[in-house]
Amino acid sequence: MNYDVFMAGFGGQGILLIGNLLAYAGIIEGRNVSYFPAYGVEKRGGAATCTVVVSDDEVGSPVIGNPGAALILNPLSMEKYFSRVRPGGLCIINSSLVEDAGDGRDDIQVVRIPINDMALELGDPRLLNMITIGAYAELSGAVSLDSLKGALKDVLPKRNHRFIPMNVEAIDRGAAYAREAAGRAA
Amino acid sequence: MQKRLLVKGNEAVAMGAIEAGCRYYFGYPITPQSDIPEYISREFPNVGGVFIQAESEIASINMLLGASACGARAMTSSSSPGISLKQEGISYMAGSELPGLIVNICRSGPGLGGIDASQADYFQAVKGGGHGGYHIIVLAPDSVQEMYDLTMLAFDLSDRYRVPAMLLGDSVIGQMKEALTPHPYISPGDLPAKDWAVSGKDGRPQRVVKSLFLGDGELEEHNWKLHRKYQELKDKEVRYEASDLDDAQLVVTAFGSTARIAKTAIRMAREEGLKVGLLRPISLFPFPEKAFLETTSKVKRVLCVELNTGQMVEDVRLSVARDADVFFYGRPPGAGSLPTPEELLAQIRKHYKD
Repeated sequence: MNYDVFMAGFGGQGILLIGNLLAYAGIIEGRNVSYFPAYGVEKRGGAATCTVVVSDDEVGSPVIGNPGAALILNPLSMEKYFSRVRPGGLCIINSSLVEDAGDGRDDIQVVRIPINDMALELGDPRLLNMITIGAYAELSGAVSLDSLKGALKDVLPKRNHRFIPMNVEAIDRGAAYAREAAGRAA
Repeated sequence: MQKRLLVKGNEAVAMGAIEAGCRYYFGYPITPQSDIPEYISREFPNVGGVFIQAESEIASINMLLGASACGARAMTSSSSPGISLKQEGISYMAGSELPGLIVNICRSGPGLGGIDASQADYFQAVKGGGHGGYHIIVLAPDSVQEMYDLTMLAFDLSDRYRVPAMLLGDSVIGQMKEALTPHPYISPGDLPAKDWAVSGKDGRPQRVVKSLFLGDGELEEHNWKLHRKYQELKDKEVRYEASDLDDAQLVVTAFGSTARIAKTAIRMAREEGLKVGLLRPISLFPFPEKAFLETTSKVKRVLCVELNTGQMVEDVRLSVARDADVFFYGRPPGAGSLPTPEELLAQIRKHYKD
């Protein structure tokens, strides 16, 4: 199988970190991966995007025009990227910040998750990225939740390993919410 | 089995260089290649290497010339405008028959241009970017693993032929991360001894490393000698990747990051039943001329894709069979101007004929 996902939001939301995390989880599973960050003249609060491919075959293009999945974390990304998701694909939208309901398309699976609110409930707004990637792994099956959690020690510097348990909790919370939300929609 | 690591392309160059025994690095920071000096400056103290952030690109290329003249395995890295500044030194190295690795993680131009991925330095790299009529060995990796492997190969080829070598990449291949399986460097047993290096005379006959030849007929003979080496490179050291050519009606050619995008486009085309193959030059100099000639004795349609307005396509046209049609699709660099696989698939459909 071949999974490609595009993630977009503000710089500071931790998008590049979960892109790395997903790629490392793929490596743990012995799969082929590519992680490609948008590279441009950027600043704090500016746009942050990356594309990750996890595949059982050789990874071809690290650049994807119409991704099979998109994780959209802010309104600007919704405007720019929602229409690009491949028919039959998946789009996870951060409903805490994005008002657009995403009902303009019936050819993809749209899952709205109040990610910022959930992160605040967990006690740290910075956990929003982990909730997001947990939800994506759950809905797509691109990698297992265990691999994601196992990859935390690979992508976080040692000094931050003490935060792994709360990140694990956030991944689980995102997965659980996504499971329930997808069940409601079905 | 070696552990697979998630590694950035630029870091893979640095890792490959250290593994290949390079212990001298001279450079000046510039986006998008600064991960290379960053990594090397962090790791060199552990292996006894010498890292110098020089006062300029010009200083650093001349430091490379000096280290190489003393027989050391050495390198520099930069990005397009910085590589332009180094051209005088590269010409002197070519004239002095000095090995050495120059990494160009290209940005877009001309002039200051921008920092987006570009393949617009192809001409400069393969045609001899400085004065005086020379070539350097140019290798174009298309994956993080190749960034590692070809760095090692570049050092070996450069030492074997005493011709400077360049690794040519861009910000896609430099900044992306993929699984890398690091492996130990194995030095080819038959690399010639550096019996020309100015290593301290100590009783032996004098050695001179120079690019100035004023004697009657001396310079002409020197130029023919260099020419013969370039011919030998063309005979022995061409590298390329070919796939799906057996039944192909159209062959797509691209190098580096663009080849990766093309691979996905080819897969999509095959799913539609279009018989499309790939010919990817890995060595840009020496260019795989024979591979293009042989391929186009059967496949008569070639689509060349580049992140510029048409450079490698000139070498493709010079190499193919006379009755082959060569088409070109270019995306000159700029923010957001990377082609997508879907875009290249449209080009494949446009030029495909059963």
